[in-house]
Amino acid sequence: MTTVTAGALAPVRGRARRPVPVMIAGGFLALVVVAAVCAPLIAPHAPDAVDLSASLAGTTSQHPLGTDASGQDLLSRVLYGARSSLLAPLALLALAALLGVTMGTVAAWRGGWVDTLLSRVTDVMYAFPGLLFVVLVIAVFGDGLTTSIIALGLAYAPTIARYTRSLALAERSKPYIDAYRVQGMSGTRICVRHLVPNLAGAIVGYLVVLFGEGLMSLATLSYLGFGAGSPSIDWGLMVQEGQDAVVQGALLPALVPGTAIAAVVVAFNIVGVRVSDRLGKGR
Amino acid sequence: MLLDIEDLTIELPPGAAARPMLAEVSLGVGRGEVVGLVGESGSGKSTTARAVLRMLPEGARTSGSVWVDGEDVLAMDPARLRRHRSRTVSMIFQDPRSAMNPVRRIGDFLTDPLTRVLGLSRRDAVAKATELLASVGLSDPERRMRQRPHELSGGMLQRVVIAAALSTEPDLLLADEATSALDATTQAEVLALLRGVQEERRRAGSGLGTLFITHDLPLAAAYCDRVYVMYAGRVVEQQPARRLFADPKHPYTRGLLECSPSLEDDREPRPIPGRPPSLSDAFTGCPFLPRCARAEAECESWAPVAVPFGGGDGDGDGPEEGGSAACRRLELVSRSSA
Amino acid sequence: MTEPALVVEGLRKSYALPGGGRTTAVDDVSFSVPAGGSLGIVGESGSGKTTVARILVDLVRPDAGTITVNGRERTPGRRGGVRPLGPGARRAARLGRAREIQIVFQDPYVSLDPRLTARQCLHTALRLHGRYEGQAAAARIGELLDQVGLGKREADARPRGLSGGQRQRLAIARALAVEPEVLVLDEAVAALDVSIQAQILRLLADIRRETGVALIFVSHDLAVVRHITDDTLVMRRGRAVETGPTARVLDSPEDPYTRLLLSSVPHDGWDPAETVRLRAELAGL
Repeated sequence: MTTVTAGALAPVRGRARRPVPVMIAGGFLALVVVAAVCAPLIAPHAPDAVDLSASLAGTTSQHPLGTDASGQDLLSRVLYGARSSLLAPLALLALAALLGVTMGTVAAWRGGWVDTLLSRVTDVMYAFPGLLFVVLVIAVFGDGLTTSIIALGLAYAPTIARYTRSLALAERSKPYIDAYRVQGMSGTRICVRHLVPNLAGAIVGYLVVLFGEGLMSLATLSYLGFGAGSPSIDWGLMVQEGQDAVVQGALLPALVPGTAIAAVVVAFNIVGVRVSDRLGKGR
Repeated sequence: MLLDIEDLTIELPPGAAARPMLAEVSLGVGRGEVVGLVGESGSGKSTTARAVLRMLPEGARTSGSVWVDGEDVLAMDPARLRRHRSRTVSMIFQDPRSAMNPVRRIGDFLTDPLTRVLGLSRRDAVAKATELLASVGLSDPERRMRQRPHELSGGMLQRVVIAAALSTEPDLLLADEATSALDATTQAEVLALLRGVQEERRRAGSGLGTLFITHDLPLAAAYCDRVYVMYAGRVVEQQPARRLFADPKHPYTRGLLECSPSLEDDREPRPIPGRPPSLSDAFTGCPFLPRCARAEAECESWAPVAVPFGGGDGDGDGPEEGGSAACRRLELVSRSSA
Repeated sequence: MTEPALVVEGLRKSYALPGGGRTTAVDDVSFSVPAGGSLGIVGESGSGKTTVARILVDLVRPDAGTITVNGRERTPGRRGGVRPLGPGARRAARLGRAREIQIVFQDPYVSLDPRLTARQCLHTALRLHGRYEGQAAAARIGELLDQVGLGKREADARPRGLSGGQRQRLAIARALAVEPEVLVLDEAVAALDVSIQAQILRLLADIRRETGVALIFVSHDLAVVRHITDDTLVMRRGRAVETGPTARVLDSPEDPYTRLLLSSVPHDGWDPAETVRLRAELAGL
């Protein structure tokens, strides 16, 4: 029968090698994480060591990626910057996932007015330009990295809620969920212990894609001056600090952190699409 | 013979399966004949049907031949193959909904092949399609033409699919579990309809051959003229349907009959132990051996071969009376009687 | 006369149609099953048999009717009846109801949690009901797996590593883990290969003999029902058209619809045109 055929062919496909771009992107991300963790060991200079005599130096053996206007070593700053640039999106996604998965699951499970209400709320959030919402939150609660993370977390939650809701609706209609109900398990317990864990693969895949987007948004806020501010080291902030130098003909201070952002975001997208493909159907 | 499959073997690339999907399958369908092809999941019955349309599994190695009306399907050039698929053979699948585009009207589904394949004008096609719908027993065919698939029940849709399959006046009909998803009474009605079509074509002198693929041995035995039983990619038995209930020869056929509950007698259905083999199960001797109650040590090394019985040469295109079964014990019996 | 394990009276359920109006899925259905007995509910798609099954296990709330298990009326759902106060009482009520009736679904490919091994699946059920702890739970799991014929390899396999028949065995073990009075089988063998079907039917007959659980066999297959049930209820368009001892209903049917159903079962010398004739007759009535 055809089903048997497909099943029998699966191992062949499973053995097929991962596509080269995914391998490269994955390897690159691993490298970035290692670099961020080991920044104090591998950075040639202290990231905040001001050396006005070397202001806007190009690539030299001392400063492989050049320096900024204050003569701070760009390589060291990019390495240290990776820490907050990677940790902040992680925190933002954790918050957004907590809110979004809860909302989506509750909406799918309870249905009725709860679903309608949550759907309307997410609709409104959807229709409202995300960045504008974030800027509003920051205007009310003041700027800073924490406020940015919370504001973006709130802005991302509806997207995740929607995605979770559609997954949970499909999963909820499967008889194994009915079987738990017939066994006398409470709705909360079914959702927390069985429904959500069965969706985890697909949700994590989605979050990996969102990670790139989150990093980008945070960098944008920092660049606009709403996010991380001096003296913290952040890629978005570095681009902003480096843009004045562009006028003076020095591209590196803006180019180095900008490239870092772009490369990491692209890599996350490549890996994320692959991960969500595999985890989503891997059952 | 309208359809004549000879020694068809289909093997997946090494590593994908431990045994061939089909092994030395020989099978024939004559004009005007309804031939049943019975097996459980993984038996290769659907693969056989698809091979008649040269729809082969990806990367598979094929040997043997599939003759339809004297031409080898496996050797056709692309243009001939297209014509073969659109004119000579029609296939009906289990789920009519997946065979139809949900947003198109029933009318379009029917008139499309008529204009494209038969070259009818749009108006003639509509007239013929309406006529076809009436002939498969749908009431109010004009209205049905304007309806979309979701407005019809499964049984009605399967009638539409049958109407479409018959519209190009094929010589050979492949029905792959075509009635399995229907309610039992609807199944009977659809089969009565197909039997009527068969009768009509026989009287018109252009006999329609039907290969009726099903998992339901009692159904095949009750509905078909001749039945082939497949197991693990092989034909293990074939004989005239009316003799099958009374005198199944292969232990697997007997097992299938004994495990199917029946309305007539009170004997408890007797299960066949074990499970149908998957593609990852390999065999050295008879594939049914692990589940066979009458297996002997010699069966472990016996290469299955069709043993003819009751007259005929065992490949199904001899006199209708005969049959064959791939069982070593039968081979012993026939050798001693010869 | 022993007290019936299950008494169902005046069950009724209708649904609102998308275009307005209502459709009646179950219309005044009543039946009873003696302790350790076995009832077949047969009918075609749309007959309401599956709705009855889902009402029995609380997955669908009936509009009217009562369900009594071993003389105790099943606590009505939240609507109507008194809602038990406090989460503890609600939990106890839920678990109590679970121990009255359990169900095995049709499709074993989606009725098991894909994440859990057979052992974990049974452990989840046992832990929920808290009757067995630690060593006793492990022993009980072994017992259950043994009862349904699953071995050591299967115990630690996830559903995707099990065949259709093995999955259905596990689903039966999961239902039995709760030690229900009544077990509903909703087309439980329909998705299986024929040779496996008979294995599961035999297993169910053995379980009924060993545990005294009453079986309700919801099926479209008259031949299957003939071999596993004592009584049969024939449903058509939400109503019970005929009920009685299985042998009587199937050998000398009184209702024309039952005759129609019987005519569609293939046998030696079968003529499907007979079904067409009986259908026309039924429509003419």
